[in-house]
Amino acid sequence: MKEVIVLGRPIIFQFYDQQLSQKFKVYKPWESSLPLEQFITTYAQSVEAMICSPMRIGSQISSSILNLLPLLRVIVTPSTGLDHIDLVECRRRGISVASAPTVFSEDVADFSVGLLIDVLRKITAADRFVRNGLWPLRGDFPLGSKVGSRKVGIVGLGSIGLKVAQRLEAFGCIISYQSRKKKPVSYPFYPDIHELATRCDVLVICCALTDQTRHLINKEVLLALGKEGIIINIARGPIINEMELVQCLKQGEIAGAGLDVFENEPNVPEELPSLDNVVLTRHVAYYTEDSFKTIYELICGNLEAFFLNKPLLSPVLDD
Amino acid sequence: MESIGVLMACPMSSYLERELDKRFKLFRFWNFPQKSEFLNEHADSIRAVVGNAFAGADAELIDSLPKLEIVSSFSVGLDKIDLNKCKEKGIRVTNTPDVLTEDVADLAIGLMLAVLRRICECDRYVRKGLWKTSGDFKLTSKFSGKSVGIIGLGRIGLAIAKRAEAFDCPISYYTRSEKPNTNYKYYPSVVELASNCQILVVACPLTPETHHIVNREVMEALGPKGVLINIGRGPHVDEKELVSALLEGRLGGAGLDVFENEPGVPEQLFGLENVVLLPHVGSGTKETRKAMADLVLGNLEAHFLKKPLLTPVV
Repeated sequence: MKEVIVLGRPIIFQFYDQQLSQKFKVYKPWESSLPLEQFITTYAQSVEAMICSPMRIGSQISSSILNLLPLLRVIVTPSTGLDHIDLVECRRRGISVASAPTVFSEDVADFSVGLLIDVLRKITAADRFVRNGLWPLRGDFPLGSKVGSRKVGIVGLGSIGLKVAQRLEAFGCIISYQSRKKKPVSYPFYPDIHELATRCDVLVICCALTDQTRHLINKEVLLALGKEGIIINIARGPIINEMELVQCLKQGEIAGAGLDVFENEPNVPEELPSLDNVVLTRHVAYYTEDSFKTIYELICGNLEAFFLNKPLLSPVLDD
Repeated sequence: MESIGVLMACPMSSYLERELDKRFKLFRFWNFPQKSEFLNEHADSIRAVVGNAFAGADAELIDSLPKLEIVSSFSVGLDKIDLNKCKEKGIRVTNTPDVLTEDVADLAIGLMLAVLRRICECDRYVRKGLWKTSGDFKLTSKFSGKSVGIIGLGRIGLAIAKRAEAFDCPISYYTRSEKPNTNYKYYPSVVELASNCQILVVACPLTPETHHIVNREVMEALGPKGVLINIGRGPHVDEKELVSALLEGRLGGAGLDVFENEPGVPEQLFGLENVVLLPHVGSGTKETRKAMADLVLGNLEAHFLKKPLLTPVV
């Protein structure tokens, strides 16, 4: 069987371990007590293929690890985000990379809309109210805010951002966006995040985490969004300055937030769980049975193509 | 008009109360525990009743208000008003259509996403601190592309369809008779509709014919992977059957904004992760409640100024 080393303990292995282990000889460092480097030198030195997911948010596969895998030719990542892979270094070493660029787009877009409706209409808070037995005691639940009248600014109009926009249009939302480049769409484009935030009262973060987007959303942007403003983040925690977001929420500088990602997962700022105007989820915007089945098939398809010297199914192309 | 007596059936909007107070002689029914005494004293001055989804004007109340001319409902649903009695006695009835259509449709989709994607369950998980300790979370159901079956294709049903279509959901529906101008697939019975969709939404008026329109047979047709969304009225669904279907896994999930006996909610549902329970907030936004209140006020003023009613039903 063809050999594959797995770094980072991808969640796909929680559901498809058996199937993957039947198709490939899979090396799983997390099942060993050896430190990673020793595990690789002991078992996986001649491996040509890797499945890799982010080990810690914001960290990348190091050169020292790559040095221990001199025959590595392909890295398959089951994620859309690529911030955990040094693409420049991979190109230098002649390592191809395959990702899952659009597999999760619909699910993530769906979840973003779900979070947005939840925050505006207080769905989770109201469900909590009912389950705590408060409806008979307290009577009416506080009023929410209409979805359709919102001016929504999408930060990053890629596959996910575009799907979010298309869904929200059906609710009557007014869409504009900020992106690295202007796109061939009819939505108004604002290259400056402050201008987007000033003109909108909802921001949905859908962009990649890069050096340019780290802490893109800070106190100034949130103040520009305003006291009725809502922010939804399904992208990467570090795109938002989390400390400043928490301050703005506590001080009422914005009205609420729906957050699926955080700067230091699985840690969530301790002030947030006591707030009623936030919805907190644990990085599950992409988490559906459908998507995971598709990812499993894509991982296998990419690896099988590699081993047969055929083109990868979903190569990361040069930008 | 300050001498015209208006009876408000229950608390529904402090803005509406204030405005009614300014323009009419407002009686707050809930402040009078002795209803018969109150009626003996004031019935003759009451020419209008303002009701809502919880309390309206039943036959008994109508009979006890001899000077009643108009019932203006702070809702689109009319199930709490004895319409036949009103017609008999020449009493006008108005409601608040259109202004709340979008909010209710938004909530229906919000409920679908919350149930299928387990948003509330996930938030509970994070708030309990389980993310750090527990690690695992079950995979959820994709929403995009799921088939949506709508009971009732009126304003609200159509608005739900329009939104669901943006998620590539195929739409089907049941109404008493097929609608001529739609491309959606029609089923002549609710059971057939339920057998052929993955998410079933109740969006029709509550009448004697639609009482328990979602019964055990319908729930079993919808099945262990099916989800029921009720943004209509509690009595549309046989609640006892619903609870046992959910507890026994014969129905996959439910998003409920309404219940048979509000504010009572069956407590057996509280422990389920595949249900979302809301306290009747379908039209519950500041913007819409103000628009609804303005419609109630506008209808009352039009009536007493002998102008055409804005949104008459009877």
